[in-house]
Amino acid sequence: MAARRIVVTSGKGGVGKTTTTANLGAALAKRGHRVILVDADIGLRNLDLVLGLEKRIVFDLVEVAEGRCQLRQALIKDKRFESLSILPAAQTRDKDAITEAQFEAIVKEAAEIADFVFIDCPAGIEAGFRNAVAGAQEALVVTTPEVSAIRDADRVVGKLNDKKMPIRLIVNRLRPEMVRTGDMLSVEDVCEILSVELVGIVPDDEEVIDTTNRGTPIVLDETAKLRVIYDKIARRLEGDVVPFTNFDGGGFFGRLLGALKAG
Amino acid sequence: MIDWMKKLFGQTPSSSTAKERLRLVLMTDHLALAPEIIENMKRDLVDVISRYVEVDREKVEVNFEREDKALAMLANIPITAVNRQSPPEPPPERPADPPSAIVESTKDEVAAPASTHAGAPPRRKRRKKPAASKAAPAQ
Ligand SMILES: Nc1ncnc2c1ncn2[C@@H]1O[C@H](COP(=O)(O)OP(=O)(O)O)[C@@H](O)[C@H]1O
Ligand SMILES: [Mg+2]
Repeated sequence: MAARRIVVTSGKGGVGKTTTTANLGAALAKRGHRVILVDADIGLRNLDLVLGLEKRIVFDLVEVAEGRCQLRQALIKDKRFESLSILPAAQTRDKDAITEAQFEAIVKEAAEIADFVFIDCPAGIEAGFRNAVAGAQEALVVTTPEVSAIRDADRVVGKLNDKKMPIRLIVNRLRPEMVRTGDMLSVEDVCEILSVELVGIVPDDEEVIDTTNRGTPIVLDETAKLRVIYDKIARRLEGDVVPFTNFDGGGFFGRLLGALKAG
Repeated sequence: MIDWMKKLFGQTPSSSTAKERLRLVLMTDHLALAPEIIENMKRDLVDVISRYVEVDREKVEVNFEREDKALAMLANIPITAVNRQSPPEPPPERPADPPSAIVESTKDEVAAPASTHAGAPPRRKRRKKPAASKAAPAQ
């Protein structure tokens, strides 16, 4: 059976698309799925770096599109997993170096040899976005609980709705203590404003920066609290009903308890 | 410290302000992105008003204005003649409770600007799936 093709998008840049794609892909691969991650951010390649695979790139997405190599030759296998590969973006080309039709064909070809294909979408709603969406059947919209990110996410949700694409939401960089004091929009607020089904809540955590520095997916870091978070999102994508972590258990002991129960 | 002072002075939490501002800006965005909504609304509005008075269709203007807590629709509908006969029967298809509309006069000429305070953002056709819906697992 061909893979599910899922675009990870947000409108606004820097909200966590690449982080989400890398860690969710790794979480699903660790759970035994064949996963291919496509970096659609042509000119601003990053997915390879976040996953620590930057030294192994030979070919890229645009070269596949131009027929200069086979898809299989361009895929970089992550040796830490049985079944995770990435297709890197071209770093020295423009977003219009590839057409929607070419993109769709590549993603569909990748889907033949995987269970999940994730497409890490560039910021914006122009050519790069249209390409990334062209190959997808479903979408994960990533936002932070901030006004500008939410407004941009709403714009993207509108575009995806026009394409009748199922959408699910990931609220990234949540700071529970700020929500508690009324200084940050809550996850409920964000979901209500965007009216999109929630699939994940990822707290703001230094672990992300630390693991990104090392090029290690969070699911491989045995000490990382966020490991459970991405694992839960992976299970929801598989179709399991997994209760959401309650981040508003107040105070230090609440947090400690939360960290122990984790997820 | 800042927290404490803000509470002392009864400042609204910034998250409530954010939510309110987003609600308004998204309504404005949705309207701007769907000009056909406005055109249809304009046409229907003029149709209703022309049942009672004669209206200069060419000069009808509809604008949206941000107010403190709501988005206001301001319609300027120039009236060219008033019928002295009693108004016609209201159309039967009218539903039970109409949205609240404040009618005010703003122009010197005989005009009937209507200001409607919209309560909820105009929603796009969005599917709201149940939170616990099951996605098809990949094989
Ligand atoms: N949950 C998180 N906690 C802390 N930092 C995060 C989190 N998610 C993302 N970041 C940081 O935010 C920055 C932007 O993330 P990235 O995934 O590159 O965004 P995008 O791909 O949407 O542009 C990166 O420096 C990343 O480490
Ligand atoms: Mg990115």
